[in-house]
Amino acid sequence: MKILVAVKRVVDYAVKIRVKPDKTGVETQNVKMSMNPFCEIALEEALRIKEAGFAEEVIAVSIGPSQCVDTLRTGLAMGADRGIHVETNSSFLPLTIAKILKSLADVENPGLIFLGKQAIDDDCNQTGQMVAALLGWPQATFASKVVLDKDKNVATVDREVDGGLETLNVDLPAVITTDLRLNQPRYASLPNIMKAKSKPIKKMTVQDLKVDIKSDIEILEVTEPPKRKSGVMVSSVDELIDKLKNEAHVV
Amino acid sequence: MTRTVLLRALTKNKFVASNAPRSISISISITNLSRCISTLIIAEHESGSIKPQTVSAVVAANSLGENSSISLLLAGSGSSLQEAASQAASCHPSVSEVLVADSDKFEYPLAEPWAKLVDFVRQQGDYSHILASSSSFGKNILPRVAALLDVSPITDVVKILGSDQFIRPIYAGNALCTVRYTGAGPCMLTIRSTSFPVTPITADSESKKATISQIDLSNFKEDSVRKSRYVGSSTQDTERPDLGSARVVITGGRALKSVENFKMIEKLAEKLGGAVGATRAAVDAGYVPNDLQVGQTGKIVAPELYMAFGVSGAIQHLAGIKDSKVIVAVNKDADAPIFQVADYGLVGDLFEVIPELLEKLPEKK
Repeated sequence: MKILVAVKRVVDYAVKIRVKPDKTGVETQNVKMSMNPFCEIALEEALRIKEAGFAEEVIAVSIGPSQCVDTLRTGLAMGADRGIHVETNSSFLPLTIAKILKSLADVENPGLIFLGKQAIDDDCNQTGQMVAALLGWPQATFASKVVLDKDKNVATVDREVDGGLETLNVDLPAVITTDLRLNQPRYASLPNIMKAKSKPIKKMTVQDLKVDIKSDIEILEVTEPPKRKSGVMVSSVDELIDKLKNEAHVV
Repeated sequence: MTRTVLLRALTKNKFVASNAPRSISISISITNLSRCISTLIIAEHESGSIKPQTVSAVVAANSLGENSSISLLLAGSGSSLQEAASQAASCHPSVSEVLVADSDKFEYPLAEPWAKLVDFVRQQGDYSHILASSSSFGKNILPRVAALLDVSPITDVVKILGSDQFIRPIYAGNALCTVRYTGAGPCMLTIRSTSFPVTPITADSESKKATISQIDLSNFKEDSVRKSRYVGSSTQDTERPDLGSARVVITGGRALKSVENFKMIEKLAEKLGGAVGATRAAVDAGYVPNDLQVGQTGKIVAPELYMAFGVSGAIQHLAGIKDSKVIVAVNKDADAPIFQVADYGLVGDLFEVIPELLEKLPEKK
């Protein structure tokens, strides 16, 4: 079985973002970029499945500008076997990304597709569900535990839902999106980083994949959220209770 | 379909006419648009009653335009479904119709049959908008439906500016993005429930009950049936109010150090009649179950009083609490980022502060 993992290059999670003065978006020039944390978890899970002997090959896919190759190299250094880079300078909505992943899945025939549950830049939480819909495959979103049964061709997935956990059985092929608690992604060692340089990355374009690009959402503006008014420091519990009682009227 | 096309055309006109005197263009668009808005809400229910997040989605749907018609779709099986349906019919005065899909296919919230069901219902109803709340249920199902309809959905809407313009947070709430939906299919949204608070329903709304109709499922084809199966779930039963809608939320971070110590947070929450929350670090350390996590990837809360003990204030956590009315932070580290958003900050050891608070706080009313 092959496993396809979609990885996205995003502004590093630790960076405090700045909204552009012209309100067209968020500053991404000269900002540290990394692999989306949920995508790292997705890739780690795929690698663990391969190491457990349930899969032969892990393919990392990234869609975006030329720098996405760095993200793919990171994935290859973690242990992915090869990469596919769908190069584009446009930024696509999740639906288009899902269509691209669907046509890649049609070519590669993976038994599983792993994605992060959401990208920390657009916070959409849509792509995995959409890929599953387009392929007609079952989905298991927000996974915190994945157990494969190779004989029955079934994955048992614990999902993080409101109010607790839910367990599903999904027939393979399936789409799984990962939550934070699924695993602890590994660091790439130096030898593996060197090795990753010789692993293949296939370049493709959106035209190659004959995907119809959907742009039915227009971004009108991006603004900073309203600032909270600055607060006060109190020096004792008594003062705190007094403020909450007589100033804020919340207790 | 014609209705949505008309809606698009009108919206376009509104855009073209934006140079014209403002009052004119607005009055035209409102009177014309209001006739066309017809919203389908994917409702969530549990043990015979409708969830508060769904009512928030109704509140949101109500602000899409005047005189809009709102239909609630309830699916499930058996008597608790019918019970929930009759409650849904009077949950909000603007609900005009409750659609009930009763089948054991919908006994559990599996995305595959549910997405097909929403598509099935949409084909019969011609809806301009399809909404769900931004719960794990809504986020799981709505994008799947959207892809079936070839539509881009909009996640986590916090403000509705018009029938096709919305504001949603991006980058963990550090930026707000205003978007316009320009597609031809129904406009699909998930709604952040804390941004659309439900006002208590007055007595006269009791008389207004929506009609309940059972959906005829004889033509419902579900080819992906049995590709996924529900195995089980573990839920934490708690006496405390629901985290997402509590008036008071008391949160603990890693500094609590143990499950035992976390009980202090629970005691304080009980005293204030509030819910307990936790940071990712506290959840990862196993002090509390993960459904108590507050933040970008956990629950978004907006209580009247939010108290954080031993919480540093990571970006991803702040994303979940920013809209709280009053934020109180207690932390040993005077430089902790949480103090930048706190209305009242106290630098101190939480192991001394919490017992003192427990002793000195007035009993809840």
